[in-house]
Amino acid sequence: MNTATITHDTALPADWRDLLALTKPRVMSLVVFTALCGMLAAPATVHPVLGFTAILCIALGAGAAAALNMWYEADLDALMKRTAGRPLPAGRLDRQTALHFGVGLAFFSVLLMGLAANWLAATILAASILFYVLVYTVWLKRRTPQNIVIGGAAGAFPPMIGWAAATGDVTLLPALLFTLIFLWTPPHFWALSLFVRSDYAAAGVPMLPVVSGARATRQQIALYTLPMAAAAVAPWPLGLAGPVYGAAAAALSLAFLILALRVLANRASEPEGMKPEKRLFAFSIFYLFAIFGALVLDRWMLA
Amino acid sequence: MTDPRDEESRRRQKTRAIIMALLLGAFVILVYAITIAKMGMLQ
Repeated sequence: MNTATITHDTALPADWRDLLALTKPRVMSLVVFTALCGMLAAPATVHPVLGFTAILCIALGAGAAAALNMWYEADLDALMKRTAGRPLPAGRLDRQTALHFGVGLAFFSVLLMGLAANWLAATILAASILFYVLVYTVWLKRRTPQNIVIGGAAGAFPPMIGWAAATGDVTLLPALLFTLIFLWTPPHFWALSLFVRSDYAAAGVPMLPVVSGARATRQQIALYTLPMAAAAVAPWPLGLAGPVYGAAAAALSLAFLILALRVLANRASEPEGMKPEKRLFAFSIFYLFAIFGALVLDRWMLA
Repeated sequence: MTDPRDEESRRRQKTRAIIMALLLGAFVILVYAITIAKMGMLQ
């Protein structure tokens, strides 16, 4: 890892806003929402204080993983326009502070989860942090265009942790929710990586558009949409969710597929002509919010 | 004349100390609430 390109002002203590920025608060919102939905969809009543604490721990764990990711990738972030303004590459924070902050937050979130909820939820939380930091960030990201496919598992854990915190076990529905996010991650990130391809190329990150080109990436986006849609709808025919969820999942997945096909039909190679990709990326975030929202609504209506 | 960097440094330290105090206070309240909730579940 090249740290020579990053300079920082060690004379000043870190500003709290830079420490907060290390946790990637915007990404955290999706993590918190899916975890909360996993908890609310579980067939168990959770004490509000313990439920709140479990969600807080998931948010802190996600923040810790993000901070450790930024600590390790500071040299890469400095090379990309999209990330050059982050606290470490911009020189507003020293790397040791980021490392201590990330490790401390990780231990704190896992221990508090174990004490407040249960140790199964704490174990899955620890596994998700380690997976994101060691498997995705350290091992895969700089080595293979499959980085996001395998690394996507890290982001798929929150609903499973929410469920485990509520029930103390993991059944088929949280496993399907895990599969849904796991299969959603590649088309979501590949849509983004198509229009920021030059950033990844400049930093030497082997994202699929950099290694295999835009055409192959667009084909993969369309291909991954099919099993993703199947995983999204599956809880309904399996009797794990009702018609409200089934109809919402089918309609949202159809819309996702239509947007993915528009991406497939696009031939643009410059970001200016990549409206379909930008639309798919924006919709993919809404898709996950809406599908998990529909699941909770459905479970409440069934109850 | 004071160095503006010293002033900035002190301002940041003060802000961080206040935030840390608030977080510790919130943590104490949270641990208390968790204890009460767990005791309620045992009864």
